[in-house]
Amino acid sequence: MTNVKTDREPLFRIIKRDNIPRGKAWVIRIAAVVIAILVGALVSAILAGGSAFGAFFSGLFDGVFGTPRRILNLFQNTAILLCIALAVAPAFKMRFWNIGAEGQVLMGGLGCVVCVKYLGGKIDDNALIFVMFIMSVAFSVVWSVIPAIFKAKWRTNETLFTLMMNYVAMQLVALSIFAWVPSGSGVLGTLEHGNFPNVGGYPYIINIIIVAVMTVLMFLYFRFSKHGYELSVVGESENTAKYVGINVKKVIIRTMVLSGVLCGLAGLLLVGGTSFTLASDTVDGRGFTAILVAWLGKFSPPAMAFTSLLYVFIDQGAKNVATGVGIGDAFSEIITGIFFFLVIGCEFFINYKIKFRPRKKKEENSVEEVAA
Amino acid sequence: MFLAFLQSSIRFSTIFLFGSVGETLTEKSGNLNLGIPGIMCMGAAGGIIGASTYVEAVGTSGIEAWGATLLPILFCLLFSGLGGLIYCVLTATLRCNQNVSGLALTTFGIGFLSFFGGRAKTTGFSTISNFFTLSFPIGDSPNWFETLFLSYGCLVYIAIIIAIIAAIVLKKTRIGLNLRAVGENPATADAAGISVTNYKYAATLIGSMIAGLGGLFYIMDYLGGSVEYSIDKFGWMAVALVIFTVWRPNWAILGSILFSMLYLLPNYVSVSFAEREVIKMIPYLVTIVVLVITSIVSKRESQPPASLGLSYFREER
Repeated sequence: MTNVKTDREPLFRIIKRDNIPRGKAWVIRIAAVVIAILVGALVSAILAGGSAFGAFFSGLFDGVFGTPRRILNLFQNTAILLCIALAVAPAFKMRFWNIGAEGQVLMGGLGCVVCVKYLGGKIDDNALIFVMFIMSVAFSVVWSVIPAIFKAKWRTNETLFTLMMNYVAMQLVALSIFAWVPSGSGVLGTLEHGNFPNVGGYPYIINIIIVAVMTVLMFLYFRFSKHGYELSVVGESENTAKYVGINVKKVIIRTMVLSGVLCGLAGLLLVGGTSFTLASDTVDGRGFTAILVAWLGKFSPPAMAFTSLLYVFIDQGAKNVATGVGIGDAFSEIITGIFFFLVIGCEFFINYKIKFRPRKKKEENSVEEVAA
Repeated sequence: MFLAFLQSSIRFSTIFLFGSVGETLTEKSGNLNLGIPGIMCMGAAGGIIGASTYVEAVGTSGIEAWGATLLPILFCLLFSGLGGLIYCVLTATLRCNQNVSGLALTTFGIGFLSFFGGRAKTTGFSTISNFFTLSFPIGDSPNWFETLFLSYGCLVYIAIIIAIIAAIVLKKTRIGLNLRAVGENPATADAAGISVTNYKYAATLIGSMIAGLGGLFYIMDYLGGSVEYSIDKFGWMAVALVIFTVWRPNWAILGSILFSMLYLLPNYVSVSFAEREVIKMIPYLVTIVVLVITSIVSKRESQPPASLGLSYFREER
């Protein structure tokens, strides 16, 4: 009996954590961000010579806080990204993997341009902006609710469905632009009407205010409304939700309508408040980045405000570093990619604990050998 | 005219075929790898780095067929495998969200290609490309058979062979059965003594390497050695193709030809710019229709792997 050969206990095993103190979780996350910035500096030193290591840090901050214009850009880009992140958060909280924010925002933008094209100059600009809001939300909701209906009724895979809808939206925008611009250049010029006014001489201020208000509203929605509670129950366990009498199908469709509304708003802010034009790449991957940002912020609006600010900070800073040491714009995509890998990876240490094999004492070992 | 259209469609389908076969293998293990566009970019970047390293080592006059093809392929496999490894460490070992990890990988891969592609020295690339496009000796005036079947470079045939092998392995072998079990229900597979982690790693790494070859094909064969960065859109189409062919690599051969015909059609018929965009929309619309129909009919054989997109942790119930 004593010579039954047992497997050696593995060097370490992974245990799921029940809960981790909030402070500790944030320490892990901040450590990941710091490591990400250090790795970024290291990569730039490898690619552009040793002196780039120090230049990385100064360039990072200079690119974001160097001039008032850059600070304004920081907040403007954060606002747009945060708005889209707020849009995807409710669906993700429900574990509805909507990766179609790109297309939904684009459809919102298309809705705006439709208004400007057919009503611009005919009605008052403020009224026009209101109509633009209605239209962009309508377009965007259509785009987000179609996959939701199919998911609710036939359990159609929403990840793949929403992904495809992105490209249909892009082609639709390209198609509309060719229809509006007869020359065939495929470039829609600057829109004459329906542009947001400047506040205090600065552009984008309205965008920032709107998104700030939406952040607070979404926080309240998640925290204090019955809807917010229901969608987090559906996300935790669909069976539990059914058991307590939540209509899961209704929650899915309702939440995706909400997503659509916020995406439409983001489209309005992009077209009416930022670029004053539309192209099939106006959203520029922000629909996907927003998912990462929302996920990093654990779908809590205040945390998402922080993570989107952090993302824009690193992206904008890394672009400045790339110009400074002369290694091309694509450098910032590599740095943000590394940033994401590390910050995504660090979640493991928050959710799981690694337990190492306890060290055995010498006597124990010798006893075992004798027994074997 | 039609012959030329069909020929270039078959040639162009290679990029979709590599991508979708790679993604099918990955998805069969339950990993919904949305990093495939990024991995294809990384594969292309690997090919570029391999080619420029080779040219630097031997000089433009010393380029020979074997080195010029094998070294870029090797580097391509290495870098796309690296992309798959990053994804696998994040999702299979660290059990992070697959969608999020995949999207981050795509961001990284696109940046990786435009960074290294922009810095690489491309001298000698057209010579190297000539070795990649080298076809069977068919003479100057080939008949229809030779045009359709013998006029391609090596990667086109490799893609079709890989697709057939993947189909056979998935359908007929024990390894394929185990892999499908891992994708359908990892807990059951684990209980049956199949190493879930090993299968996930193997399938994702091999799948990524196959997909990476698609990026290499685009740069070295289709573009004749000139560097372009917009490979990610083909990656997304490859992801669409996986659904379109309901997770079957052998169907992917025909599906990818159909997709590339739709993609190239505007170049062969005279259409307005607006109509061109409508034609480009068709592959995505068709994919949506297939997705919806398969979910409504809900036939067992044509469903996505049941645990697609979910991480597996043994102690979770």
